[in-house]
Amino acid sequence: MAVNAKTLNETEFFYGHKACAGCGGSLAVRIALKVLGENAVAVLPAGCMSAVGFNFPQLCFGNNAIISTFAGTASMLTGVQAGLRAQGITDFHAVGFAGDGGTADIGLQALSGAIDRNDDILYICYDNEAYMNTGIQKSSLTPFGARTTTTPAGKNIHGNLRPKKNMFEIVAAHGIPYAATASVGYINDFMRKVEKAKSIKGTKYIHILAPCPTGWGIKTDETIEIAKEVVDCGLWYLAEYENGRFTLNHRPKEFSSVKEYLKKQSRFRHLTDEDIDIIISSRDKKWLQLAES
Amino acid sequence: MAKKFLSGNEAFAYGVRLARPQVISAYPITPQTIVVEKLSEFVEDGSLKAEFIHVESEHSALSCAMGASSVGARAFTATSSQGLLYMAECLPYAAGGRFPVVMMNANRSTALPWNIYGDQRDSISQLDSGWIQAYAENAQEALDLALMSFYIAEHKKVSTPFMANLDGFVLTHTYEVADVPTQEQADEFLPSFETENKMSLTSPKNLAFSAGPDTNTFFKYKEHIGLLNVKEAVAEAEKRFAEIFGRQYSGLTESYKTDDAEYILITLGSISGLVREVVDKLRNEGKKAGLLRLRYIRPFPNEEIADALKNAKAAAVLEKDISFGNEGTVYSNVNSALHKAGISIPTSNYIGGLGGKNISAEEIEYIFSDLTRKKSEVKFLGIGGEDSGS
Repeated sequence: MAVNAKTLNETEFFYGHKACAGCGGSLAVRIALKVLGENAVAVLPAGCMSAVGFNFPQLCFGNNAIISTFAGTASMLTGVQAGLRAQGITDFHAVGFAGDGGTADIGLQALSGAIDRNDDILYICYDNEAYMNTGIQKSSLTPFGARTTTTPAGKNIHGNLRPKKNMFEIVAAHGIPYAATASVGYINDFMRKVEKAKSIKGTKYIHILAPCPTGWGIKTDETIEIAKEVVDCGLWYLAEYENGRFTLNHRPKEFSSVKEYLKKQSRFRHLTDEDIDIIISSRDKKWLQLAES
Repeated sequence: MAKKFLSGNEAFAYGVRLARPQVISAYPITPQTIVVEKLSEFVEDGSLKAEFIHVESEHSALSCAMGASSVGARAFTATSSQGLLYMAECLPYAAGGRFPVVMMNANRSTALPWNIYGDQRDSISQLDSGWIQAYAENAQEALDLALMSFYIAEHKKVSTPFMANLDGFVLTHTYEVADVPTQEQADEFLPSFETENKMSLTSPKNLAFSAGPDTNTFFKYKEHIGLLNVKEAVAEAEKRFAEIFGRQYSGLTESYKTDDAEYILITLGSISGLVREVVDKLRNEGKKAGLLRLRYIRPFPNEEIADALKNAKAAAVLEKDISFGNEGTVYSNVNSALHKAGISIPTSNYIGGLGGKNISAEEIEYIFSDLTRKKSEVKFLGIGGEDSGS
């Protein structure tokens, strides 16, 4: 039976934490653990989710969970799954939850190593597009134009000058058994992907876009809406990579307005029409490439 | 037991195999490589049943070993020099998490300048990371230490990671005859790894958490006590070891002719063999020389040092490291031990063997004769090719 809002496990595995109101990342962790169940063994690096969930004596995971070094999510997961297997234990799901900086910057080497070895792990990147735990600094997954505390938007430079690194395709290029993109705005799609990953042996990677009201400059009740809109306007896409093939899961008939998506967020409020044209044309180029593949 | 002609690295690998580690994470670096190569051969030929993980860096090597230990598996890794420094973040992490991982470190100089040969600046720079640090003198001790390190690290009162140090090349690559115990003997010596400090499916835990200002000292104090308990665990392990294998070790230090010695040289690692020969030569000449070898420097053998030096006229510390801008780190620690015990004798510090520079018997004799001057000085051996002191 496919997992959905009705069939989802009612047990909470991540609660009592002190994540900000409207946190997309904590929603991704909560939902993924419900799909994976009580035998999930979670590894979370130093970052938002460990900072809000592991403050002795208030420890917020109902399943097994451990904080890794910032760079060591994947390598610690490797040790966890090898250590359990070496003791003859097989009914577990080793799952990592790392943010965009912990995944695409400092943790990329360890993640690449784990995929290369095809370790039996599920790595979930909750992407809120900057180092939010330390106060909104640019990561390599911060999109073009975004204002962060290290990419200020002034007269000379309009926020971040570089496009977002494509982690999904980087991971797929390893020949990984399963990879997918997701958004907390399309939570059923995410749950389906976690459930699929749960049944696959070897390395699995899910990249879920998870808005951060604090860092994005949106209201705390706009998380889901903005996470839908980023997909609907075509700046993010829902896809899977399996058996060496890419599948696009959701193709909007008509894109919603990129300008409206951007202008709702204070991190993009400074963008000029020319800046927005650059963003739209890079979106169009990406969708042309997606249509051809 | 079987006698084998083994290098230090190989002897250590045999010792590790006898300990039946369940997970081995390995990344190559000279002069450590042979220990992980040998272990991979053991896994291949079926004589060792372990998950052998080809990690992509030393940081991942220790991170992976911690992950394995966090679910209750016995884990081993090995490194050297730059590799030890690259994984440095994980050292206090493993100690603070109380994960009793065992790691062999092949002592090697650290860049810059690049140098692959042996000195002890790599491990001694990590003295405050919360790990047990032991230094082997020869291949037999390396093998025995490999087996004992798991017993000591995993001891209920200890639960602390163990760094076993072998001098690069001089010990790791030198062949000696060593007794290799049988697996049955090893199994009798070393119980399987049992711990409460693990994630388990039947009793889930949250590990490696944050502890703020109110609770942090509590955890750090417990970590300190764990390291202090090593002395008791070493004594227990060595007693048990002697009963099963017939080889006796002497705890945190090893004294050689110190009882009536007037001048004592303190050192660690493979150079001790040469010092022992010089002590014998001086004794034949009627000079009362002695050697105190530090087998462990964390925990630091404060009482053992004070006891060995209480009747000496002067002491020297010969070490292959320097805390730039001050003096040798072992020397600082030795002086602290003497001060705490109220022993006031001149002590001098000789920094030698940096980047694998040979330390000669003549230089060791020079140190002993220098001691009769009863001054407290810090000197370098062999600067720019000079034979001795400057």
